[in-house]
Amino acid sequence: MKSKRFEVLAARPVNQDGYVKEWPEVGLVAMDGPNDPKPSIKIENGRITELDGKTREQFDMLDTFIADHAIRLDGAERAMAIDSLDIARMIVDINVTRKQVLDVTLCLTPAKLSEVMSKMTIVEIMMGMTKMRAREQPANQCHVTNVRDNPVQIAADAAEAGIRGFAEMETTVGIARYAPFNAMSLMVGAQVGRPGVMTQCALEEATELELGMRGFTTYAETISVYGTEPVFMDGDDTPYSKAFLASCYASRGLKMRFTSGTGSEVQMGYAEGKSMLYLEARCLAVTKGAGVQGTQNGSVSCVGVPAAVPSGIRAIAAENLISMLLDLESTTSNDQTFTHSDLRRVARSVPQFFSGTDYICSGYSATPNYDNMFAGSNWDAEDYDDWNIIQRDMKVDGGLQPVQEEDVIKIRNKAARALQGMFRELGLPAITDEEVEAATYANGSKDMPERNVNEDLKAIEDMMARKVTGVDFVKALDKAGFSDVAQNVYAMLRQKVAGDYLHTASIFDEQFHVMSAVNTPNDYHGPMTGYQISEERWKQISDIPNAIRPEDI
Amino acid sequence: MTFDANMLRGIIEEVLKEMNLDDSSTEPAAQSVTASSLPNGKMQLTEQGVAQRGITTDEVVIGLAPAFGREQTKTIVDLAHDQVLREIIAGIEEEGIKWRVIKVYRTSDVSFIAHDAAEYSGSGIGIGIQSKGTTVIHQKDLPPLSNLELFSQAPLIDLETYRQIGKNAAKYAKGEAPTPVPVRNDQMARPTYQALSALLHIKETQLVDNNKKPQAVVVNFQ
Repeated sequence: MKSKRFEVLAARPVNQDGYVKEWPEVGLVAMDGPNDPKPSIKIENGRITELDGKTREQFDMLDTFIADHAIRLDGAERAMAIDSLDIARMIVDINVTRKQVLDVTLCLTPAKLSEVMSKMTIVEIMMGMTKMRAREQPANQCHVTNVRDNPVQIAADAAEAGIRGFAEMETTVGIARYAPFNAMSLMVGAQVGRPGVMTQCALEEATELELGMRGFTTYAETISVYGTEPVFMDGDDTPYSKAFLASCYASRGLKMRFTSGTGSEVQMGYAEGKSMLYLEARCLAVTKGAGVQGTQNGSVSCVGVPAAVPSGIRAIAAENLISMLLDLESTTSNDQTFTHSDLRRVARSVPQFFSGTDYICSGYSATPNYDNMFAGSNWDAEDYDDWNIIQRDMKVDGGLQPVQEEDVIKIRNKAARALQGMFRELGLPAITDEEVEAATYANGSKDMPERNVNEDLKAIEDMMARKVTGVDFVKALDKAGFSDVAQNVYAMLRQKVAGDYLHTASIFDEQFHVMSAVNTPNDYHGPMTGYQISEERWKQISDIPNAIRPEDI
Repeated sequence: MTFDANMLRGIIEEVLKEMNLDDSSTEPAAQSVTASSLPNGKMQLTEQGVAQRGITTDEVVIGLAPAFGREQTKTIVDLAHDQVLREIIAGIEEEGIKWRVIKVYRTSDVSFIAHDAAEYSGSGIGIGIQSKGTTVIHQKDLPPLSNLELFSQAPLIDLETYRQIGKNAAKYAKGEAPTPVPVRNDQMARPTYQALSALLHIKETQLVDNNKKPQAVVVNFQ
């Protein structure tokens, strides 16, 4: 006989997810791995000669890079001598300031940082996030993609995402050659929605840099680093080449961050038997050592791997906290599907959502998930009201706000028309009125007419050969009668010259003022300190259109 | 001393020439069996030493990952490797293009496997395929981590798609600009398959041999 209870349980979404038992010998273990090195440091003549149990002769290229560039030497031996449990306690103690914690944690080795995490519960990790994230005010980032790479839909979805509150937007491609259209459509749509939104297009690294240099994007985050040497080599890379790439962005005034996450090394088959969290701590040290202002981490696209093993979701929160302990901008994933269960996906986001991070999602899918070309996000456009109501329930600022249907229709229409005009002025394949109409009311690409893909791809090749840049977008928008959008795109391009948004954890307000860890640092030190939701902001968050007004009854 | 682009190209060509010294200059033979006329039976892969670079422009090279057809014999959704390879080959043949198969050992990364295949292909077009099924169409002049077409979600690739991949690769080899095979997207593939995918890839990667050059493979269907 079969149990009817078990039959019901077996059919539950949570049981459609894949789980595996730990296999520590190949690194299939979330944190606290049996083969993780014991923390150690030795400094001789101002140079690290021993790191986490290895002498300099035994260093691989990551060890060398970390030892030479990542660890603050002044006070390192003292910091490393503090018991890991005591450091964990400092992190949650409201009487120890963020700066005092950093004075210790910036001196720690990867093995020590991951050991500190193993002493903390998920709630303590959340307390740590509240105190340690770099910027005072949390924010959010979204994905704007669709399965057909339809540029009109990208512009409309970006504009809607702008009025919904996202500070950064990211696109990518189904077909790589569509990238320039996706990037420019996103940029225009975003600046229609809310002036000051930063945009990027995730691509192969050389192309991503080229688009940034030509003014198609204003930041970059898909510069991957890994925690073992063979995985770096698999991508024809080293920490040094990544640092060089980072400096290419900096020299052009483009904001950028690295990306990494638990599970990538074991996913690629080269974890060297180490735990996912220890290897991620190495990635973050490489990021710090390269002088990059921030990271997108939290397992990201590998989330199905840590999520399949015990304590994996806790490890993801822990890796976010390590990024904050290294004073990096924390852009905390919550961006990839990992479960069929609605309960599990909310629980996975609670630590970052409720504690607040520099970018809670990276990103939240601004389309239905069937259009999400990052293979689906943990949150999508059909969850907008859930997110907003959870903010209202818990009085937390998750970076979004409720919107009115008529405002969304209006802004989507304007973005589609602006792109239509810009395409016309640039001599690109026409965007028809039918497409503008469809994009105005669409939920996803199923609601959009098909475009002639080959004609688009040919036009893109030609446009790139013509050396079209962001300045041409500004001119075209102005000529097409969208001078306000032209102004906004121009203002974003100017930011690359000013460079203020290269500071840690930057976002722009609608007047293009930078808010970063430099001018608005997080100063949380207990109840009623740090970021407080203003009365105006609370009104915005709490005023959902579907709440009954008592006076109407 | 200043370098201009031509001088740099000259140096690179010199170096490449020296690197190829040990390669024989004979043209590697494309296989001429017609896969579409073959029985549906088992596939036999026989390695025949170091693969040669192709010269004729009417071929596509298929690069197999280290475990393909041997240590692993089906994709992540249990499609037999026999059938997968058969469909790709049939797709290429339908376009009147020749094909060759090589086994890549230096990496298990599908982009690099595909790029290696493209470099060995006389047309400059290659297909790379991992044992779990992930597939890339590549062109030798593109950066290794870019691609012509990428099918990153192995659980969503069916036999019909593999045939289309073969067809499109052949069309690129002919200098055409085919409409890319429609990309599929299922956000629930990761929750179900990612951990399994990691296990399969770990096992494939354990067979990587950094010092082994791509091997020529003769394919027989029985």
